[in-house]
Amino acid sequence: MGVAVLLKQVPDTTAKISISGDRVDEASITKWSISPYDEYALENAIKLKESGFGDVVAITCGPSRSAKCLTEAAAVGADRLIHIISESPLDSIQVQSLLSAAVKESGCEVVMCGKQAADTNSGSTGPGLATTLGFSCVGGVTEVSIEGGNASATRLGPSGLEQVEVAVPCVFTFDKGDSELRRPNVRGIMMAKKKPVDVFSAEDLGVDVGDSMVEIKSHSSPPEKKPGQKFVGSDSIPEVVSKLREEANVI
Amino acid sequence: MSVTVISESSNGALHPVTAQLVGAASSLGGSITVICPGGVGSSDAANIAGVTKVISVEGDCFESYDCVAWSKAISPLVEGDLVLSSSSAVGRDLASSIAASMGVPVVQDVTSLTEGFSATRPIFSGKAIEEVGISSPCAISLRANSFESAGDGGNAEVSSVNVSQDITVAVKQALAKASERIDVSEADIVISGGRGMGEPANFSHLEEVADILGAAVGASRAAVDTWGEIPHSMQVGQTGKTVTPNLYIAVGISGAIQHLAGMRSSKFILAINKDADAPIFGVADYGIVSTWEEALPVLKEHLSDLLSN
Ligand SMILES: Cc1cc2nc3c(=O)[nH]c(=O)nc-3n(C[C@H](O)[C@H](O)[C@H](O)COP(=O)(O)OP(=O)(O)OC[C@H]3O[C@@H](n4cnc5c(N)ncnc54)[C@H](O)[C@@H]3O)c2cc1C
Repeated sequence: MGVAVLLKQVPDTTAKISISGDRVDEASITKWSISPYDEYALENAIKLKESGFGDVVAITCGPSRSAKCLTEAAAVGADRLIHIISESPLDSIQVQSLLSAAVKESGCEVVMCGKQAADTNSGSTGPGLATTLGFSCVGGVTEVSIEGGNASATRLGPSGLEQVEVAVPCVFTFDKGDSELRRPNVRGIMMAKKKPVDVFSAEDLGVDVGDSMVEIKSHSSPPEKKPGQKFVGSDSIPEVVSKLREEANVI
Repeated sequence: MSVTVISESSNGALHPVTAQLVGAASSLGGSITVICPGGVGSSDAANIAGVTKVISVEGDCFESYDCVAWSKAISPLVEGDLVLSSSSAVGRDLASSIAASMGVPVVQDVTSLTEGFSATRPIFSGKAIEEVGISSPCAISLRANSFESAGDGGNAEVSSVNVSQDITVAVKQALAKASERIDVSEADIVISGGRGMGEPANFSHLEEVADILGAAVGASRAAVDTWGEIPHSMQVGQTGKTVTPNLYIAVGISGAIQHLAGMRSSKFILAINKDADAPIFGVADYGIVSTWEEALPVLKEHLSDLLSN
C-alpha cells in the first residue's frame, strides 16, 4: 500500500506571463512551483504516511525542469520519485495514459492530486485518471483518512460540505483546506538532493501516446481593458449607480 | 453533426447556463441531445429552443454525487462527436470522466468555439488566451456567461432512461449545507469583501447590497483565512473560484494578482477601496475611493431606490 501524489509544475502564481511569437514565453518565467492545490494533496499524503499508511510516491509528468517539484516533495517526506519525461504539450488522453501507467507501476491504490492545476485550471486529470484506471473519484476534498480498505473524506460537493466514505482504489482531488503546509527543514533538503528519481519515457512505461488530438494554434495576451473611471468619495455614488445602469447595463 | 449537452442543475432545478450550452451547440448546427442527470429539469430543458431531444437519466446513483458513477451512467447515452458541459466543478468532472471513458480528449473552460473544432480558453488564470484545434471527437466544458443563451419555445421529446449503476461514494454526514445564497460562480452579480471589511460581522452590509441586487457574496483569501466565519466556498481567486459575472463589486480588497486571477474576466468591475493607489483600481471599470463605511449605506440607498421603481 502507499499513496501516489501527482504533482504538476506551474509558473508561480505571481509570475508575469509574456507572449513571444504566438506562444507563452516560458524562458521569461523566472519561478516555477508545485501547483498550489497539489501541495494540499502532498500534505495529506504525508499525513497518511505518518498515520502508518505506507510510502508516498510523488509522480510528475513534464519536461526536465519539472524534476524540481519531485525534489521539493522529497524534502517534506516523499519516499519515491517518478518523473515521466515529456517535452511536448500533451492532450488529456495522453497525460492520463502516462499517469495511469506510472500509478500502476507504483502499485498504489490511493491517488491524490490537486482539483485543478494553476496553469490551465482544467481539473481534468483527477476524474479522467480515475476513469482510465477504473478507480472511484472524490473531488474537492480537504481531508482524507484511511482505515482498512475504506477511506473517509471531507469534500465540498454540490450539496455542501460532506463526510463521505469510499472504497479504495480511489483518486482524491484536493481543494485548499485548513491544513498548514509543512516547510522542509535543512536535513530534509539535504536528503532530498540525494534521492534518486526514477525517470521514465512513454516507451519505458509501455505507453503508445500517439499524436496529440489537441493542437495549440496560438497564445495571445488577453484583450486590454479600457482604462476605468475613478471617483472620489461617497458623493460620487449616485453617478456611479446611474452609469452601472445606463453605460454598463448591468443592473 | 450531433452534439450532446450535459445539463447543469442547481438546487433541484435546471440551471440557466444549460440554455447557453444549447446556444453554443446550435451555432455549430446539427441535432442537439440534452442529457439531464438525475432527470433534474428535463421538462424545462425540452422547452429550450433548438433542442432535438431530451434524455432524462434516472437511477439511485443520482441521489448523491459520485462523479465516476454518474459518468458511467451517462456515457452510453452520448450521441455524436461533441459533448458539452458547463465549466462548474461537476460539469468539468463529467466532461473529463466521460471523455476518458470514450477515449477522447477534453478541453475545459472554453469561452469561444467554432466548427471543426477550434476553441479558445483563458490560461494562466486569464493572463493569456489559448486557441486550440481539436482533430477528434471530444468533450468540452464551456465557461458560464460566454455564450448567448438559446431562447425558449422548444418542444423536444423527453425520454426517460433508468440505469442501475453502483455508487462507490457514500455520503455519511452532511457537515454544512450549501449556502442558501446563490454561489459566486453562478451569479450574474457578485459582491466580495476583503480584509478591509474589518471584521466578519461587517459582511452583513455586503449581504444587504447583495439582496437588493440578487447577487452572490464572495470574499478574498485574506478574509477567508483570517475569519473562520467566512467559508472557503466564498473565496474568489487563484485558489478559490473563478467568476465571470456581468458585474463584480470588490469592497476592501487590495487587488492582489491571485485575487485578480479569479475575477478579472468579469464584464464590469466596481471597486470600493479607501486607498487611491490600491491595485484593484487598475482593473476596475468604476473605482470609488472611499471607506466602505461611508460608501455602502449610500450605495444601498441608491440601488434600492433604482430597483424598487
Ligand atoms: C499561492 C497563493 C494563492 C492565493 N490565492 C488567493 C485567492 O484565491 N484569492 C485571494 O483573494 N487571494 C489569494 N491569495 C492572497 C493574495 O496574495 C492576497 O494576500 C489577498 O488577496 C489579499 O486580500 P485582501 O485584498 O482582502 O487584503 P489586503 O491586501 O489586506 O487588502 C485590504 C484592502 O482593504 C482596504 N481597506 C481597508 N480598510 C478599508 C475600509 N474601511 N474601506 C475600504 N477599504 C478598506 C485597504 O486599502 C486594502 O486595499 C493567494 C496567495 C498565494 C501566495
